[in-house]
Order: sequence, then structure tokens, then C-alpha cells
Amino acid sequence: MVGIIDKAIEDFAAEIGPVGPIAIQGGKTRWDMHGVLAPEARLLSAPTGIVTYKPEEMIVTARAGTTVADLHAHLKKDGQRTSLPDRGGTIGGAIAVGENDLNVLGKGRVRDAVLQIRYISADGEIVSSGAPVVKNVSGFNLHKLFVGSFGTLGLIAEVTLRTNPIPAESMWLTAADMDPLQIFNSLYKPAAVLWDGGSTWVHLEGHTPDVENQKTKLSKMGNFKEIEIGPDLPPFRWSLPPANLYEISQYKMGYSIASIGVGTVWAEHPQPMRSSDRGKQIIEQRLKQQFDPMNRLNPGRKVGNWS
Amino acid sequence: MSLVGRFRKAIGLSTLHDPLVADLQKALSSDRVLQDHEDRLLHSKDESVFEGGIAGPVCFPLTTEEVQSIMKIAQRYDRAVVPRGAGSGLAGGAIPLGAPIVVALTKMNNIIEVDVDNRIAWVEPGVINLELSEYLRPMGFHYAPDPSSQQICTIGGNVANNSGGPHCLADGVTDTHVLAIEVVLPDGEVTRFGGLDPEPEGFDLRGAFIGSEGTLGIATKIAVRLTANPEAVKTILISFPTMRAAAETVSAVIADGIVPAAMEAMDQRTIEVIENHIPAGYPKDVGAVLLVEVEGLPDGIEIDAERICEIATTHQAEDIRIAQNSWQRDALWKGRKSAFGASTYISPNYYLHDTVVPRSALADVLDQVNEIAAKNDLTIMNVFHAGDGNLHPLILFDAEEEGTLERVHAVGAEIVKISLEAGGVLSGEHGIGIEKQQFMNDLFSDEDLNHQNRLRFAFDPLCRINPGKVLPMGHSCADIQTLHKPPEGVWV
Repeated sequence: MVGIIDKAIEDFAAEIGPVGPIAIQGGKTRWDMHGVLAPEARLLSAPTGIVTYKPEEMIVTARAGTTVADLHAHLKKDGQRTSLPDRGGTIGGAIAVGENDLNVLGKGRVRDAVLQIRYISADGEIVSSGAPVVKNVSGFNLHKLFVGSFGTLGLIAEVTLRTNPIPAESMWLTAADMDPLQIFNSLYKPAAVLWDGGSTWVHLEGHTPDVENQKTKLSKMGNFKEIEIGPDLPPFRWSLPPANLYEISQYKMGYSIASIGVGTVWAEHPQPMRSSDRGKQIIEQRLKQQFDPMNRLNPGRKVGNWS
Repeated sequence: MSLVGRFRKAIGLSTLHDPLVADLQKALSSDRVLQDHEDRLLHSKDESVFEGGIAGPVCFPLTTEEVQSIMKIAQRYDRAVVPRGAGSGLAGGAIPLGAPIVVALTKMNNIIEVDVDNRIAWVEPGVINLELSEYLRPMGFHYAPDPSSQQICTIGGNVANNSGGPHCLADGVTDTHVLAIEVVLPDGEVTRFGGLDPEPEGFDLRGAFIGSEGTLGIATKIAVRLTANPEAVKTILISFPTMRAAAETVSAVIADGIVPAAMEAMDQRTIEVIENHIPAGYPKDVGAVLLVEVEGLPDGIEIDAERICEIATTHQAEDIRIAQNSWQRDALWKGRKSAFGASTYISPNYYLHDTVVPRSALADVLDQVNEIAAKNDLTIMNVFHAGDGNLHPLILFDAEEEGTLERVHAVGAEIVKISLEAGGVLSGEHGIGIEKQQFMNDLFSDEDLNHQNRLRFAFDPLCRINPGKVLPMGHSCADIQTLHKPPEGVWV
């Protein structure tokens, strides 16, 4: 079996049990997304604590109720971090929501960082998918399904994540009236290039001389000035193909800040439900039936637009 | 085509005798549905040492619609379907069990569109991995996963196996580089998983599909991410007195916060074989070499390269060579890329194994692997992706010697056991196929496998696509048919 299941996970499974509507409460930072939780659902918190951390393997295993802030504070001592966004909340919540960090180009996507998930099934059983190694094609990738599943297929108990080194240098710059695409294309792997239709913000990360050289390059292109942190982001999040950002005015999103080269847009108004084809809907529905036939996990929430 | 085949075709016997073939030929064309015994035999094997059944009709579709037609015909005739790329797999994933319809996707080999604004390319599944990168490189991009078989393997096959390669250490394997997939489902429905946007709506079916070894549907269009060519590259060859010293250097480099683009290891026997038969200029009389590549911006890679050399020196490095130009870089890589081919100079057959262990366990596991080989009187070459702990013991043997293959499989099983005991997994990039099904119970609990089967069932409730693969016996898609023999009474 993949690794050892600790007692905290067994206790969590026992607490969940095999019957009755149930939901896990993390930091509640995205509590209202994908429907309203049925009031009869029993609310539990996932166990907390870092189980193992091996800096030389660039792997950390933590229980799902651990906050992302605590995780990152722990990893920082060894100069490492994960792809999880630093926006409050728990590790399990961050995986269940699946939102990438603002600096996704530098830190990588959440779904690429998840190496193993242990979850409690609708039957109350402990199930593992993936393994605590950085490369693995052994069996089906169940754990991929859990990123962004909002706890509707199983309740996340423990997660193993790939970690990354924290770059030596980090620098935010901003300028007005620049072509953000030109900026994006002129830089080698920027951590983020943001644009609100007027101002452009650039986040550079890497070795100090590389960051300084990129800064010099930017200063030749426009009047960039260094700032402490990036912009405040509007509350709602859109997901668009990166090329669509150049016609962003066609969307009714209000004031917005777009991540160039990525396609994430933070906006004043929420993104309408996106359509999907029949084949995908059928499989999503079947998955829900297979993993939670009694609809006891996070009742009231639904991922995907099947009916 | 054989004489018998030509005769049968001339008199129209083959299609007359089998309505399945007639329907497939009607949906595609007669020349793209092969039915001769030799053709079917040819499409019944891959690069592994494993045997299965024999292919039924072998179809070469050109379009998504033709794949859709094949699926619907298969459904009508209640026949299994096995998708196939170049047949370069090493775990038997594309080997037909029973006598299924084989769908060879090698003629769907167009690069449909390069969309620089979205930093993606839409390609058909039969596009050759290396050809895609060569096509993209003048535009300033490449396709990052570079399996050792990249000269022949297809992007569709890479999706099925979630393939890796030497340069996946920093940038990730296929799953990181495939954003969207058009898929024909087992019932013939065409759908799209994933998307060009960063967080597509719904469950990550794209993530579940990649690495599913052709058991969830057939990919007909794939959107791959374009990776920018690095501004600078530094390639370093470091020699060590022992493999242990090399392996410990790998752990130390990662612990130091450096993630090179590639970190490959070769043992003494591998170096000898390369230098004796396909000389690459590697130092002789050393215990092991590490081939390390860092890429990125010029100053950063200098810093990383210098630090890697310092770490190597403190771990007994004997000789450090840094490529000064692209010609020298190519020369250093030549040895690594020639290693498997070079083995054929000293042995008629090889069995390339594939497991992953924690990097820190590399040295111990390799010692045990070599001990087991010696005990079984077999020779092993170790050439592998050290940076991500992905072992590739190459077991050399002569299949003509009686009983050798049994010993090879016994050693393979021992390597799996050692890797799992060290906290590793069954496969890093070859997949499970039929090769490692019997070990799945050693890695996963019954409940874990039950849930994997539920995932499969959601896509393919009738177990029509590539049945008998991945999941061990005792799970429904492994048990659905007596797969090692063609079903009685059906066309073979």
C-alpha cells in the first residue's frame, strides 16, 4: 500500500462514517461557490498537521485541515514553497477549489503539484490515489479529479504536494499604457504579467542578476517603477483562453485585472456558468453516481453543468 | 500482402466472410482496414517482451468521424477496441488481448494549428513527438516532454502513458503540457476534456484521461502547451568513482534548491558499452556519470551550474566537463541517447524496466538491483532519470537460451518489490499495461483499486476500450472477457 495511514486519518474516517449528509469546512474562503450547502449536512473540519516534509525530495505531506499559511511558513525555513495560493484557508480547501496562485507562471498550477490524495469516500472508507514521489504513472489518476471537485466526490483528508524552491529575488514593477502582450513576450518566464486595460504589473522572480537584467529590459521599454506588492484584485474570478484577453471589453465583468499568458481575470462581476458538451456532462454525472450515489458529500453543491 | 491475402482479396473472400470488416471498410476505405494475418500479427506487438492475443481488423482512421464510426461499429458487433500509436510502449499497453478491433492512429498525423496567442498547438494523435518539437523550434518554442523514443513515439501515445523524458525534471511530464483533448468515447460520442483557459469548468476529466493507457476513450485532437525555448543552456558531464556518489549528488543538488532541466545517470557498464560501440567521449574507468543540464537566463544558469559543480566536488566528483557550444552539448547527449541502442552490441535482447523511488533511496536501491541481477546471473545496465528517482534497469539477455526469460521476469519482480519497499511506485513513465497488473495489489488497497475501477466505469461502463489492462484481475474491466485467447467463433 502507498505509505502508512496515520491515526488522525482513521479517526477522521470514523467521524465521517458511512451515512448521512456531510461537508467539510475549511477556511470558508470560497464557501458560496458551486451551490448552497444543504442545511442538514453535518459540518466537520479535516485533521491538521504536517505529516512528513523532505526538503531533499521536494515533497511535503500534510493533513487537509492545515492552513496554507502554516504550511508555507514551515516550508520557508528550508527555502521552499508550493503552488497553493496564499489567500487564506486550508490545504484541503485549496485543492477542493483548485484555484491557481496569482503567480502561476512562476509557481506552477495547483493540479500539477498534487502527487497524492487520501480521501474519505461516501462509504466512509479511506482511499489513496497517487504516491509520494515526483513521477508516477501507476494506475488511474483519481487524485486529478479531486482538484476543483469541491468535495463532491470524496472528502480530502491528507495531501502530498510537490514543493519548489523560493527564488532568490522577487520584484514587482508597474507602468501605464504599455502593450501587455509585448511585455509578456519579451520576458523569459515571468511569474505574472497583469493588466487592467491601462496599467501593467509585472512580477519577476529568479536569480538576482536575471531579475535585474529583466528589470533593465523593461525600463528600456517603458516607464516601469518598482513597487512593494501587486495590485488589489477584484473579488470574482474568470477563466478565459489567454488570447481572449485582448477582447476583454466584450465581457460584462466590470473593472477587471487580467493575467496575461494565463487567462485568469479578476473582475467585479462573476463569470456565468460555462457550457460543456453532452459527452462530458454524461461522464461527470456518472462519476458523481459512482463516487457518491446517495449524494451525501457536500449536498447542494455541484461541479459541472450536468443535470 | 501475403499470397493468400492477395488471393482472398482478389476473390473478395475476406469482406464477404466477415460483416464486421465489410462495415469497417465501408466506414473508412478498404485499404485502411487491414485484415491479413501478417498485418494483424504486426499490430499485435509493441516494444515490450509481452505476448497477448492477435489483432482483429486493423483500422487506420483519418478523421474524428471515422474513429467515431469505428466505435459505433464495435458497439454494434460487441467487440473490444484497442487504440495504438507507434507501438513503442514497453508495458504491453497496446497489445491486443483476445481479437479486438485495433485502431492505429498513425495516419492522423497533422499539426492542425499553432496558436501562439494561446501558446498552444492543436495536433492529431499520430504526430511524432520529435517532429512536433522540430516544427515549433523555429517559432521560438518546443514541446517539453521528450521520451527516449521521441523519434518514433506519437503524441497520442504520450497522452495515453503520461510520458516523461530527460527534460521533464523541471517542466513536468505530459500531463503538465496537455491542456485540452478531443476524445471519442466508447459509445461513439465525441467530447472535449480540459480547455485552453486556465481553470476549465467541471471535473478535471483531462487529468483523469492522461495516463489512462487507452482505457477511457480515443484522443483524436490534442492541444499541447508551447514551451518557450530557453535563452541559455548549460550541459555538464560529471564523473564519479561510484554510482552511490553520483546518486548522493542528485539528492544534494535538489536539497540545495536547484531543479535542473535534466539530471541523468549512467553506470560504469553503460559507459563502457557506449564508448566501445558508439563513442561519445565519456571518460572511461569511472564508476558513474551524471549528465546535468540547466536552462533559463544566462546569469542564473551560471550560478546554478557553478553550485552544482561545487556540490559534485564535495561528493567525490573526479572529472567535470562543461559543453562550450551546441556541438559539444550534442556530443554529451549522444551517449545518453545511444545507451539503449548500444546495448544491442553486447546482447541480443533487453528488458527495460521502469520504477520510481525517492531520490534519497537511489543509491541503496541500485545496489540491491545489481545484487539481484548478479545472483540470477544476468547483466544489468543502469541508465536513468536520476533527478526524479526514475530507475530504468536494462536487463540484458538472450531469449534463445532456455529459461532466461523466466529469470528476467523474476529479476523484474524483485526490482518492483525493492522499489515499493523503498517507498517508490511501479512505473514512472512506461505505465502498467499488462506488465505490472499483478503488482497493483502491492501498491494499492482493494478500496483504492475499487475506486480506480469506478473511474474507469464512468467512462467505459461496458469495458470496451482496451480491456484487460492496468487493473489487476479481480476488477471488472480485467475480468470482462477471457482475454488472452480470441473469443470462439469470431473473426480473427
